[in-house]
Amino acid sequence: MNKTIPFLFLICAVLALLVGSTFGALASFQYIFPEFLKELIPFNKIRPLHVSSVIGWVVLAATGGIYYYLTETLKLSIFSKKLMVVHFTVFMLVALAIYISYFTGKMGGREYMEFLPILTLPILFGWFLFGINYFKTVVKKITNWPVYLWMWGTGIIFMMYHLSEAHFWFIPYFRENFIRDISVQWKSYGSFVGSWNMLVYGTSIFVMAKIKHDDNIGRGKKAFFFYFLGLANLMFGWAHHTYIIPTQPWIRYVAYAISMTEWVVLYSIIIDWKRSLSKQSVERNHFSYRFLLATDFWVLINLFMALLISIPYLNFFTHGTHITVAHSMGTTVGINTTILLSSLFFILNQHQSKLINKTVKSINVGYWLFNVSLFIFLTTLMLAGAKRSSWMYNEMSATPFSSFHESLFPIITTFIIAGLGILVGLLLVCLPLLKGFIVEVCPPNPPEGRA
Amino acid sequence: MVCFIFLQSIKIIFLSKTKQNKLIIITLVTTFVMYNYFVYTQTSIEPTPKLSELAIKGQQLYQENNCTACHQIYGLGGYLGPDLTNIISNPIKGSEYVKAFLNSGVKSMPKFNFSEGEKEAFVQFLAEVDKTGYYPNYKAEMQPDGWVKLMYKTNE
Repeated sequence: MNKTIPFLFLICAVLALLVGSTFGALASFQYIFPEFLKELIPFNKIRPLHVSSVIGWVVLAATGGIYYYLTETLKLSIFSKKLMVVHFTVFMLVALAIYISYFTGKMGGREYMEFLPILTLPILFGWFLFGINYFKTVVKKITNWPVYLWMWGTGIIFMMYHLSEAHFWFIPYFRENFIRDISVQWKSYGSFVGSWNMLVYGTSIFVMAKIKHDDNIGRGKKAFFFYFLGLANLMFGWAHHTYIIPTQPWIRYVAYAISMTEWVVLYSIIIDWKRSLSKQSVERNHFSYRFLLATDFWVLINLFMALLISIPYLNFFTHGTHITVAHSMGTTVGINTTILLSSLFFILNQHQSKLINKTVKSINVGYWLFNVSLFIFLTTLMLAGAKRSSWMYNEMSATPFSSFHESLFPIITTFIIAGLGILVGLLLVCLPLLKGFIVEVCPPNPPEGRA
Repeated sequence: MVCFIFLQSIKIIFLSKTKQNKLIIITLVTTFVMYNYFVYTQTSIEPTPKLSELAIKGQQLYQENNCTACHQIYGLGGYLGPDLTNIISNPIKGSEYVKAFLNSGVKSMPKFNFSEGEKEAFVQFLAEVDKTGYYPNYKAEMQPDGWVKLMYKTNE
């Protein structure tokens, strides 16, 4: 029972990743073939299907991992198994309702949460249950908390706050003032991502500590420095998304000053960890380690990108272009996904190492296909963004949007092919994970006569 | 729920072993509360006019049909369609152009079936957004330290 619910979370997480990537690939075709699936799932439905599924992947993989690590790795007795079951059931029912909301076109929410806003209430309830179970399980059971326990706890609390804040538009005081409304909306999104980053980066530090069998990784001064910087970033670093909105300049000054420091720290932690890793533990956690190495690479790439676009002068030209998408996809796909895949391989390796060994070749192909395709994918987005910026500031009055859009077709074609490469790569990596977790939840019957 | 968040925050603060960590968390949380107060109350550069009832109806339609999947306001949204921040004040486009597009089903645009009243609400929402500022902000001033001084409509 203890393992079943965490594994069910992980199975649903992997399914959400595959479904979300498929919707993403299908949506990308509509950039070139506007009529493609237009009658069945137009872009205003397929984009939220893609985005919400991928957010579901991050949330479910982090949540399932935390439940697993608390009960199986840290050997803590969960406060309430019933709460864990109710939490899972609530999230699954909400996921179903969200898909129905999109397919039927009964929306009403805002970007990234376009589903019927009433569905936010059960989501908040699910986080509330997770919070109770987490704190009741951990508080007083572990003294001198390592940083990952802090990060998970902080992530849960701030997730609830910022999910609520994202719906302040229901309050007339916010909604009636458009600038205040859009600013608070984007404040909540920035901090919402910061909250799930707390869950994901906490997971990465946990996995690193366990691979190396060195809990000091999560207790060192640098890890806590990183935690506090991450927290400051979560609280105050959101406004680089809204430099261009006519807000008070101090909001932008604060964001400019604080933004992106956390990447540097995460990068330095991973580098330190990699340097001191023994060869034996690397082999035992092969793919877990390799996905963290990939994280290392994507952190570096995104660090450069994030630092550049947080400079207001450059942000002025990159905002509202595909370069912003490259940044957000680079972080969610490149960094969050590789950390979470590393966590999933770490977990599966504890139970089904033979299965992983049997499928090493296909996972290996998937690993490289995913990473190379993602590199091409982000490069095409950067090129499309540069072209859009040039159009916006030099040619917009002379060249209509549709002509500009058509001029992007060669870049978009490469983008679509790279997107398909990411999808196939993820399939090769995720199918063994999926199979392994399903076997753990529903073990096959032993052949007759051998029981 | 607010009580739960508050209590857990207090627990986290007192779980920390060192005084230094406690001090950092208390400072961060206090600054966050004050910061939120200022963001919630003093975001706009000038008092922004209230959205009218009709504009709010238009905004609701904008959300219900997920226009943001393809279109942006102040560059925020999807990139399949054009930015709509200043489409109403654009001398080549304007409100009639927007109304003509709404039910056109052209290219990737879904075939909507908005009534005249709904079209009016859409246009009113976009017209009131248009009055809040510029995007792209062609009159912004680039400063040598990398800062950008935005041109606000209220400055004019």
